[in-house]
Order: sequence, then structure tokens, then C-alpha cells
Amino acid sequence: MLSADLIIIGSGPAGMSAARRAASADLSVLILDEQPAPGGQIYRDVDRASALRGDILGKDFRDGQTLTKGLQHDNITHLKGAVVWQIEDGTHVAFTRDGRAEFASSQRILLATGALERPMPVPGWTLPGVMTAGAAQILLKQSGIACERAVLVGSGPLLYLVATQMVRAGVPPLALVETQTKTDLMRAMRHVRGALRGWPYLLKGLKMLVELRRAGITRHVGATQIAVDGAQCATAVTFRIGNTKHRIECDTVLLHHGVVPNTQAARSIDIPHSWDDAQNCFAPECDEWGRSSVATVFIAGDGAGIRGAKAAAYAGEIAALEIAHDLNIVSKEDRDASVQPLRKGLNAERAARPFIDVAYPPYAGALTPSDDTIICRCEEVTAGDVRRMAGLGCIGPNQTKAFGRPGMGPCQGRYCGLSVTQILSAANEIPPNKTGYYRIRPPLKPITLGEIAAMAEAETIEVRK
Amino acid sequence: MKIVSPFREITPAGDHVSVRFEQADLMLPRGENLAGALLVAGIMPFRQTPVSGAPRGPFCMMGACYDCLVEIDGVTKQACMLLVTEGMDITMPSAKGPDDAER
Repeated sequence: MLSADLIIIGSGPAGMSAARRAASADLSVLILDEQPAPGGQIYRDVDRASALRGDILGKDFRDGQTLTKGLQHDNITHLKGAVVWQIEDGTHVAFTRDGRAEFASSQRILLATGALERPMPVPGWTLPGVMTAGAAQILLKQSGIACERAVLVGSGPLLYLVATQMVRAGVPPLALVETQTKTDLMRAMRHVRGALRGWPYLLKGLKMLVELRRAGITRHVGATQIAVDGAQCATAVTFRIGNTKHRIECDTVLLHHGVVPNTQAARSIDIPHSWDDAQNCFAPECDEWGRSSVATVFIAGDGAGIRGAKAAAYAGEIAALEIAHDLNIVSKEDRDASVQPLRKGLNAERAARPFIDVAYPPYAGALTPSDDTIICRCEEVTAGDVRRMAGLGCIGPNQTKAFGRPGMGPCQGRYCGLSVTQILSAANEIPPNKTGYYRIRPPLKPITLGEIAAMAEAETIEVRK
Repeated sequence: MKIVSPFREITPAGDHVSVRFEQADLMLPRGENLAGALLVAGIMPFRQTPVSGAPRGPFCMMGACYDCLVEIDGVTKQACMLLVTEGMDITMPSAKGPDDAER
């Protein structure tokens, strides 16, 4: 069995920075990550992509190479293509790699599982040709693929980033359909002082808007009643601005209204989560070092609450320091001295966040979808189905499974869990915290019998007589 | 299946290998993301849902949504989590069994 002082699940910014810091403190580190190259989603395939198309993807992306370089350390083992499917006793991790399952053990585990796109159920969002904006960006980063005749729909700075990258790639989007309103911006002004401390972000946002205007990209702001048209694939997106109906013919629709913590691994080991009103999602409960209710398990990065890539890198280092202290390798004094600049950096990164959260709220129409909108993509359960389940007495998401299977398909609730919680919460007039979330059980990802069988060959089996 | 793909390679990859998707013989870039390569080749949809038979294709590209499922050597896999290798024989998942949701 593989073993290390620290197992890190995920090699995005939090995982990579934690690995380097822990390795420098002389801990042995095992990184398990699903992708064939380090970087996570934000720096997906950054080493290869920077060389091939770094000009299109921009400096912020290329900067991710600092983190991947940090993985070149004798104390770090990085297993690529390792799909984690179970965590046991806060110390053991089961994963599959190259068609065989394995166990690894450690003193401490750091979950650096990052974010998922916030589910954006609008009519027609299951049609081929509808993807997340993040998916379009991943195609551009990893594969150098751009979507022609695309419309970006939703809210948030990522839409502007993807749009500018598409412009630079010579494949500009047809339009941006944005759901935030002027009222949102006015409300956000309350947080402008904090945002000014995070001014580089504001400046980047403004620069992107200027670049889009120069490229002649149309922005429809304050859109409501968004739907995707098409029979076999997406052919148009429709929406209203005020009372005016709009229709844009297109081949691809790219949805985005923020990202949310990917909590599957944390939930599978019963770490408590609480509802974050400001970010409209659940986040795991952790202390300022990232320590969870399971004493040996830490969480860092967007998986602990959305703060962005640079904040994730700081949080990863902070958790690594505390883990090294926990294991009596770094003294309390050294830990406290080392953590100071990291906390300062983290706070600076967080400064602009309240402004961004209020200026670009989730699209209300996707938080309260119309009855005929599919919310569980896997089992094709609609918002109306879930409301009927509430009418029949369903209080929590786990009961809805028995009533109609939402969350029981292969994605295991990743793209419907928050919708089910929020729809039930509204229908029952019970707050999200009390409504709760799906119980997540292993295996976290599907695994074949063959992969488990291959595990037995590797283990010495003691037979009791 | 769309003939003209709305997905374009802006930095074309070199070495192409033969891959089969259902009845179509394709030449896809070796070592590139399989879902991306299939999109550029004009493959859509990737599958039909077992519940209603609705067409689906890649949605998240990060291994979370399972909408890009395809079948390779009898095993259902996420196309977005695979890299193109020579001789891949890909079909749509054959899960057209009884409709669980209606039972």
C-alpha cells in the first residue's frame, strides 16, 4: 500500500501550493488527481497550453506554471489520472488508476477538490450544444478548441474572461446575455471600499469590458426568462430585456452564474456543511487552518468556499503549515511566523469578493426554475416534480430520491443538489440549512468490479484458520 | 449527427490516429482530450439518455456531469476524462434497458 505523511486530493492551486509547502517542511506528500496533468481546472494543462497558446489564455493563466514547477520536489509523488472514490477513517484513500483500484494511507488528508459550476437549470439546458462557460474554457485551454457562433449566458467575471479569450482566439462570441441588473451594481457599491483594496481585480474587469466593446461584442444586460431552443441540439437562445423579447440563433450556448464548492468528498465523510447566504451555496465547516470536524482531514481552496485561485494557493499553504505543526515537524512559533504573510495575502485576495458576489448574483430564474425545467439532468426530474414531492410531504433532499430519483444518476447530485435544496426550501418555507443536502456515499465515482478485483491481486490476503 | 462542427481547432494538433465512433471512421489527434476531439470531428450527440432517449453531449468537460458518457470495450466511460489513443472503438452507451424512473 502506498503511504505518505500527507495525501492531497486535487492538484489545482490549493493542492499544488500545499504540496510544495508541506514537502519543503520535509513531509512526504502524495497527490492524487484525476487529470493527466497538474493545474486543476483554472490552470488546466498549464504547462503544455502556455507554450501552445499562452498569448490567448493570458498572463494569469500562464502564472499557474509557478505552482506546477513547485511540484518538482523529492518529497512529492504526483499520481496523475487517479480517481478517488472513498475516504476511510480520515487516513485511508481508495482510488482507481489505469484500470486498477488501490489504497493509500497517510497521517493527514487535505481535500483540495475545488469548485463546480453552479447548476443553471433553464429550459433547454440539457440539449447538446449547451455547455458551461467553464467547459468552453477547458476546451480552449487543454485542446485549443473554440466554439463558433456561441452565446455566453449568465453572470460573473468568468463570462468576460471567456469572451475576451474567444476574441483573442479569433472566434468571438455572438453576444453576452447577462442576468445581473443595475440594482445589483448599486447594492454592490456598499462593498466598494473593500473592492478598492482588491483593485487589481476591478481593473482587470474593466479592461476586459473595454476589450469586448472594442471587439464589438453585444452585451444584453438584465436578461430574464432565458431559455434554449432546439430539438436535437441547441439552435437559439431566447430571453427578455424588460418587456422586449430577444432571440439569438446560435450553435453553442455557454452557461455560467458563478461557481460553488465541490463538496462531494467532504460530505462522504460526514463533515458538517452550512449554508452561505452571500454565496448561495453550502460550504464545509472548517477552522482558520482548514481543519474539518474530522481531525485528520483538512480542506483548502474553493472546495472550502469560493475565493478564487490565488486565495486557494494561500489557503493551501496555510493548511500545510498547520499539518506540519500537527505532526510535530514545525514548531508553533515557526508556524505562526510563517503564516503571517500568507494570511495577509489571503485577506487581500478576499477583499474584492463581497463586491463581486453582490454585483454578479446568481440568475434568479435558475434558482427558482419553472415547473417544466429539468433540474436533475441524469434522471430527468423537473422542478415541478420536486415541488410536487414537497406537496406530498418531502422535507429533505434524501426523501425526494425515493419519490422520483433526483440525484441518483451517475453525477450523484453534483448538478442538481443545490437546486433540489433550494426548491424544497422555498416550497416548504424551511431554510436551506434545515432542508439539508443529499447524503453522499462512496463510491464517489463509478468503479468497475474488475478494478476492485485488480486490487486484491496487489494485497496480501491473510486467511484465518 | 451534425456534419459541420461548430467547434474549431485554433492550434491544430499534429499526429492523427484512426478511431471509430459508431459507424464513422475518424482521424483524431493522438493524446488530445477525447470529448474535445469528437466535438471537432462533428460527433453529436454522444449518447441518448436511458430515461427518455434524449440526445446529450459534453456539458462540464471536467468529469462531473457524466453527460459525455460513451462506451469503449464494453465499459461506459466519460469521454472528457480520456485521451485519444489509436484504434479506439467507441459506441453510444447501450443502456437502453427498462426505464427506472417510471417503475
